[in-house]
Amino acid sequence: MAKLDDIRVADDREVNRRSFLDTVLNVGYVSTAAAIAYPVTRFLIPPKSGEPATASVVAAKAASLRPNSGIVFQFGNKPAIVVRTTDGELRAYSAVCTHLECTVQFKADTSQLWCACHNGIYDLSGNVVSGPPPRSLEKFNVNVRGEPGDEDIVVSRT
Amino acid sequence: MVQRVVDWVDERIDLSEVRQFIAEKGVPIHAQKVWYYLGGLTLFLLAVQIFTGILLLLYYRPSAAEAYESVQFIVSDVEFGWLIRNIHSWSANLLIAVAFAHFFSVFLLKSYRKPRELTWLTGIVLLFLMLAFGFSGYLLPWNELSFFATKVGTGIAGTVPFVGRFLLRLLRGGDEVTGATLSRFYGLHVAVLPAITTALVALHLLLVQRQGMSVPIDVEQRAKAGERLRQMPFFPNYVLRDVLAWYIALAILAALAAFYPWELGKKADQFAVVPPGIRPEWYFLAMFHTLKLLPSHILGLEGERVGVAAFALAALFLVLVPFLDGRSNRGERSPLFTALAMLGLVYLVAFTIIGHFAK
Repeated sequence: MAKLDDIRVADDREVNRRSFLDTVLNVGYVSTAAAIAYPVTRFLIPPKSGEPATASVVAAKAASLRPNSGIVFQFGNKPAIVVRTTDGELRAYSAVCTHLECTVQFKADTSQLWCACHNGIYDLSGNVVSGPPPRSLEKFNVNVRGEPGDEDIVVSRT
Repeated sequence: MVQRVVDWVDERIDLSEVRQFIAEKGVPIHAQKVWYYLGGLTLFLLAVQIFTGILLLLYYRPSAAEAYESVQFIVSDVEFGWLIRNIHSWSANLLIAVAFAHFFSVFLLKSYRKPRELTWLTGIVLLFLMLAFGFSGYLLPWNELSFFATKVGTGIAGTVPFVGRFLLRLLRGGDEVTGATLSRFYGLHVAVLPAITTALVALHLLLVQRQGMSVPIDVEQRAKAGERLRQMPFFPNYVLRDVLAWYIALAILAALAAFYPWELGKKADQFAVVPPGIRPEWYFLAMFHTLKLLPSHILGLEGERVGVAAFALAALFLVLVPFLDGRSNRGERSPLFTALAMLGLVYLVAFTIIGHFAK
């Protein structure tokens, strides 16, 4: 058996029992590590929430929203805001601030949308007035549906 | 590369002592050496539990309203979630089985005798901790079986004289098993028990390394009589065998997890009719069945209380074994303690089997 250790395959490459076993073992280590790392990595990646992308949602009763006010409601898994301007017009935007994803709110004294985190201010068309936000807010469609006097405000993606 | 890192550390903190220790450490070779693997195997399974447990924490939610659903989410929606959960469940059961085997092998080989009393003490407490892990972890999926088993289990605590009521409320977080119990068990399972276990395992291992492996009394006697005790170098010879044993355990674990998924059952409902065949996990079956067999009154005392008191005394006895077994401490054979260990083993195995098949 000792002779086996001395088999020469090529001029400068020698395969002996030790290097052969080392290679076999290393393949074993690497495949074991891979067999553990792969499922663990896949486990760490969160699955999709399973919720279908929300198309439209009832935000509030139309009667409950007075002029110059706004309310935040849930649109899918994110907040959105519907406001009634002083003229009585309804508008809806994503309430996710384009700066760092805080939730914006309606500021009645200036009739603006305001992000409390970094003082970003948007006008009621969703455009940035001042502060750090880089883009205007995403705009949604607003419809009013239902029996007169008991209408729902329905907000949908444009 | 590895060598360079070792050198770098070595230059800053002298590793020569550690290196010398590893180089000189030997493992005795004798007929009973196979039992040496059980401790390492227990440690490996504990590591698997910690690793998979941390992974499960990423998705598990400890509340009565969400616990069941979150486990359902893990096994059905998260990729390989079924694998991680099955491994955690299977490894928990194997861990307790191997820990018991380790316990009985040490008991029968009298490895607890002087100077290893502290190793035995930490080991016994660790065994109890593993049972506590099992008991608290069983409730976490919040399914019907675990809910009622926990009701019964915590109810037993309520039979303890004088402090029973207090204990029961302490365990349940109220009068009944509710979401409050789940919160407590969760905290116990992922924070309190791991913290104590980590400290005790460290101490247990330190003692084992410091004192070296114990040899059976007859081997020790032969060595004293002048016979040379054969040894195997710890590194690499013994470590290689140890790692091989872990590898085999991992393969068994993976096979069990893949082919025998752990059931989730139905969500716990306080007001549901108790399904027949409510029983605890197998490692509590012997105790469970014993309590079932006891008459309602023994010598004017409640049977349940007598049983619980007997178990408490047995646990205390186990803790004190190294201090009671004088013959072993003097290096003499100790047939009484061998008999007691065998008796305990036969009782546990028999009552587990009977409890399993009993209605």
